[in-house]
Amino acid sequence: MFSPEMREKALELVGRYPVGRSALLPLLHLVQEGDGYISADGVAECAELLGLTKAEVGAVATFYTMYKREPMGEHLVSVCTNFSCKVRGGQEVFDRLAAKLGVAHNGTTADGAFTLEHAECLGNCEGAPVVTVDYLNYECVSADGAEDLVDRIAAGDVPPPTRGMIPPGVRSVQYRLAGLGPRDPVTPGVASDQARADDGAVPVPDAGPGVEPVTVEPSLSEADVAERESARRQVRDAGYGDEALEGEAGPQSREFPTRPQEGQPAIDDPTESGPRHDDEERGT
Amino acid sequence: MSAPVSVLTQRFEVEDAHTMDGYLRTDGYAALRRAMETRPTDLVQMVKDAGLRGRGGAGFPTGVKWGFVPKDSGKPVYLVVNADEGEPGTFKDRELMERDPHQLLEGMVIAAWALRSSRAFIFLRGEYLWSGIRLEEAIAEAYREGYLGKDILGSGLDFDVTLHYSAGAYICGEETALLDGLEGRRGQPRLRPPFPAVAGLYACPTVVNNVETIMNVPHIVANGVDWYRSMGTEKSPGPKVFCVSGEVVRPGNFEWPMGTPARQILEESCGGMLPGRTLKFWAPGGSSTPLLTADHIDVGMDFESMTEAGSMLGTTAMMMYSDATSVVEACLNWMRFYEHESCGKCTPCREGTFWLSQVLERILEGRGVPADIETLQQACEQIFGRAFCALGDGATSSIFSGLKYFRDEFEHLVEHGRLPDGVSTDHAGVVTDNSGRHRPTLFGVA
Repeated sequence: MFSPEMREKALELVGRYPVGRSALLPLLHLVQEGDGYISADGVAECAELLGLTKAEVGAVATFYTMYKREPMGEHLVSVCTNFSCKVRGGQEVFDRLAAKLGVAHNGTTADGAFTLEHAECLGNCEGAPVVTVDYLNYECVSADGAEDLVDRIAAGDVPPPTRGMIPPGVRSVQYRLAGLGPRDPVTPGVASDQARADDGAVPVPDAGPGVEPVTVEPSLSEADVAERESARRQVRDAGYGDEALEGEAGPQSREFPTRPQEGQPAIDDPTESGPRHDDEERGT
Repeated sequence: MSAPVSVLTQRFEVEDAHTMDGYLRTDGYAALRRAMETRPTDLVQMVKDAGLRGRGGAGFPTGVKWGFVPKDSGKPVYLVVNADEGEPGTFKDRELMERDPHQLLEGMVIAAWALRSSRAFIFLRGEYLWSGIRLEEAIAEAYREGYLGKDILGSGLDFDVTLHYSAGAYICGEETALLDGLEGRRGQPRLRPPFPAVAGLYACPTVVNNVETIMNVPHIVANGVDWYRSMGTEKSPGPKVFCVSGEVVRPGNFEWPMGTPARQILEESCGGMLPGRTLKFWAPGGSSTPLLTADHIDVGMDFESMTEAGSMLGTTAMMMYSDATSVVEACLNWMRFYEHESCGKCTPCREGTFWLSQVLERILEGRGVPADIETLQQACEQIFGRAFCALGDGATSSIFSGLKYFRDEFEHLVEHGRLPDGVSTDHAGVVTDNSGRHRPTLFGVA
């Protein structure tokens, strides 16, 4: 469940957008900051906050790669294995790390220190092969260099990436990805909270679907309408009130299929009180 | 013959260009002041006259797109910047945003003036954390200095920008899928029409522009249409940032005029292929553009020449691969990417990418049968033009072109169960120093 502090942050995110649902992706990042993955609780919270069903939130959460289904370790190590990294040894980097950490793709080490993934193109091909830790890029990493990198992070001596800041742990990064800026104010970045829902708000439409009640005309042919009218008249002529028109005999009784549909056998009416199939009656 | 230019990348060498001080010192925000003395309609016309074409891959004329926005619809006009750069081999927007975030903001405010927009969103790829942090700080500075917010520079324009991190979906780079993602849904493409310019975000008029496209705008305003058209070709004017990667000596972002022959970029900017390797095949604009061979290396890098050569300019992500590298492996690697990133909305792409991966895998592992090559060709024909959006079409590009130019390699694999001599899938680690041109500055490191 969201702590009061988290709920406050969540409401702040929703208040940024002209339509609240836009905050769903940031909210899911916030869920991962709290739980390290997309938890059932988190999904329920988001659904409640935005007036969606849990299925709707779940559908979004399972679409995007950065939302994980199992708790991540302290650091997320992503190795690019797309082709420009691969031709410079990216696959070897991944294989060596997988062997060293004893995990497969998307696996987390037993001590909870690392989650390893092979990523699609990380957009840093000039630094192939690329490894990111908590989405901060280490460029031109050899297989040996990658092992050394992991060793140093495990020892708490995190080397600086090629650009950017020392990886602070994946949860701390998720907080930033929610758009809430740095958790620790001495690190770079700021919350992007300047714009509110009223800035460029969507006007409430005065027309359009879901605004004006629309009378839906049944698409009956003129012959059908005339036939229905004559049938109703017959019932009234027989001395029954309108309530008999919507009888108790189930859905079929609400209409008067007095004319056999094309390709259908004529309806045998066992009762004498039923409307007669009499073409001469029509139109009178 | 053309020479490299320094327009969008002009501040790459400036240490503090990402700060307001550094940006203002290098004539930052001067174009905005000039733009605010111009009527919005004249500004749209200026962008039209300059011939700026979308830099996100499709090359649609930006001014024309801006012109689609209906006047006085009674709804707000939204500006959405597509910073969801995910095409394999493309890394221009990342570096531009990291090094010069204010250039993007300035372009956005000018666009807002032209479009009468009061709200913008930067839809940033979630993995681009450092670009995001640079943008966050730039946005905060711009608010503080009055370049964003209410009544910008006393012009009466109110304009707010929100940075929105995505969560890892390549398809969100497609403009309508991006809008669905920004609305908090699964990022799946929408049917067009209606086009976003008429009914986009929240069914309001919306302009979606790529980062590099927007960054061109201040330069057009500052230096004029004639200056802009002096670079590039008649139909593809202006400068362009080329991302070169693969087996070249110096991969990186290099700015040249449009239409520069690929050979010049490869030789002068990148120092050619790695020692002992020769160019065998390359993609001119990312993995969804058809592959070309060493024979095409003199083709000009502009929309028309590339189409004529049977490929596309795409995002100008040039991926260069050598004679030691297998085309089949490249096709498989990219097909797995498309299989992973297909959004599942339409059947040809969802199922097709999956089956193509299986077939390519079988061929590469030496378990292929002669009919497989025909299967590849036919499956691609069934996907191309029948997919809901360009992702499906792009997925088939490498196979169509691979079969066209390197059919013998596919056939050799099927026949002998192994790659031709000298070609292998074991890629020894190659780490070259690529930091010579723009040595990155480290945070917190002296």
